Amino acid sequence: MKYKFEIICMLLIVGLFVLTQVVGNQFYFFIGFVILQYMVMATAWNILGGYGGYVNFGSAGFLATGAYTAVALINFLDVGLVEQMIAGGIVAGALGLATGYLTLRLRGVYFAIATLALAIILETVVAHWSYVGGAAGTSILPKRKPEFLGELIVDRKTGVFANYKEYLFFLMGTVAIISVWVARYIENSKLGRGLNAIKDSEEAAECMGVPTLRLKLIATTISGAMMGVAGAPLASYLTFIDPLSAFNLEYAINAIAMPMIGGTVSWAGPVIGALLLGTAQQVSSLWIQSELNLLIVGVVLVVFVIIAPEGIIGWFRKSRQGSGR
Amino acid sequence: MSEALLKVEGVSKHFGGFTALSNVTTEVAQGERFGLIGPNGSGKTTMINCVSGLLRNEEGKIIFDGKDVTDLKPHKRTGAGIARSFQIPRPFHTMTVIENLMIPAEFVGHHRGEKGDDRAEAMEILETMGMAEKADDTTLDLTQIELRKLELARAMAAKPKLLISDEAMAGLTGQEVDEVIDILFKMNERGITIIMIEHIMRAVMRFSQRIICLDAGQLIAEGTPEEIVKNKDVERAYLGSTDG
Repeated sequence: MKYKFEIICMLLIVGLFVLTQVVGNQFYFFIGFVILQYMVMATAWNILGGYGGYVNFGSAGFLATGAYTAVALINFLDVGLVEQMIAGGIVAGALGLATGYLTLRLRGVYFAIATLALAIILETVVAHWSYVGGAAGTSILPKRKPEFLGELIVDRKTGVFANYKEYLFFLMGTVAIISVWVARYIENSKLGRGLNAIKDSEEAAECMGVPTLRLKLIATTISGAMMGVAGAPLASYLTFIDPLSAFNLEYAINAIAMPMIGGTVSWAGPVIGALLLGTAQQVSSLWIQSELNLLIVGVVLVVFVIIAPEGIIGWFRKSRQGSGR
Repeated sequence: MSEALLKVEGVSKHFGGFTALSNVTTEVAQGERFGLIGPNGSGKTTMINCVSGLLRNEEGKIIFDGKDVTDLKPHKRTGAGIARSFQIPRPFHTMTVIENLMIPAEFVGHHRGEKGDDRAEAMEILETMGMAEKADDTTLDLTQIELRKLELARAMAAKPKLLISDEAMAGLTGQEVDEVIDILFKMNERGITIIMIEHIMRAVMRFSQRIICLDAGQLIAEGTPEEIVKNKDVERAYLGSTDG
């Protein structure tokens, strides 16, 4: 069937909605949101890093751009979550495009350093911008009666969702599924094949007719936009935001570690990585020790670099080939 | 001789204070087999980098197929019909051999509005190279000569009018050199103009109809292989002055 994957995506979105209606314990939505957010981050990172070979170390900067776009919009117009996410995507996408232009001559480790520097510069700017709370941060109180297209969204009795956690979970889940669909689409498209050629040898790609600059800019824009969308609901989720939490290096590290663990060659890699690592982190930080999650990332990453450098996907492919021969 | 396919007009290229190419002017005719020789560091690769677009020449013009391509990016020049191989093979190493060929087929061919069967065409090119059975291997499993052939095959998949072969034979055995020369002859018979950059004199002398020699960024000789062999300047460039 031609649209099998699309149908599965639709069913998953419906499934997410059903979950929010059936499951009563808000705790699951609370941690589910984080895992889904990481899934978007990992998928977005992989479009540039996994397909194109450009390692973005500044993912937190793009996420925070989305988050602070949302904060500015709440202060300015008091718009709803969906509008915040769209705006966050547009602004972070524009940032991605600008980053692509500014760093187009940088490759390898220099590109990684430039993206890290970008995140630090943005953090400094936000820390001095009092309209969005500055260095001290700002509280974001959820709207009392949010509406979307005339529909009352969150209300204990008459709303579509009984509370905000469910709404946030459903939105992030939908974004995650759309992101994965986009990544899969790119992977099987001319853009994906061109990015792969760039990853292998940029000069050879250019000489074989691949418009390398244009493809890189498309990739940085899409990747940045996805991260912005993922970041936009952050303030509403935490009900408080400050530069330290929004620009946390943990986002950048996880966005790299998750595709690495899952496998960077396929859309499924970041999904698997985010599910495994995200769940492990949430479980450990909630039940054992909150500082443990970074240690987990470190240990898991070392183990994977040694035993499965191509991630879980690569490891499965290899063992399948091995048994076939 | 028919109309020139490539004109290099007064091209200079500097790297800081170092002059890699100095006012080089030459022409390559349609369908010609053209040799480019010169000692190490004489500017051969710089020149073809300027022709293929990886480097921009500060002075002078590159005219290809009647159009000024001096300000075009490499991928646009490939689209116009200039394809090259690399001295040190740069395969797309995460892809199979045939996938390597399908990149130019997709990005150049489709851009020109060609709607053929990419895979079948790529397979045909591999067959002429004697690499058909390697089509689905990854490039990591290839030997040196196979990598060189892949460089040429990939360039062919871009359906060029002009093919630049940058030292495709360096490090190959005598028999392998002959094999590569035969491939280049075959391509030329199909009407593709070929610029061969080579250190192996036996190969370049046998293959070329006309040769230019660069030394320290300057064009010092131009002529048929016989003329080049006898040229005093060429001899001096390669062996040094004999009269002290």
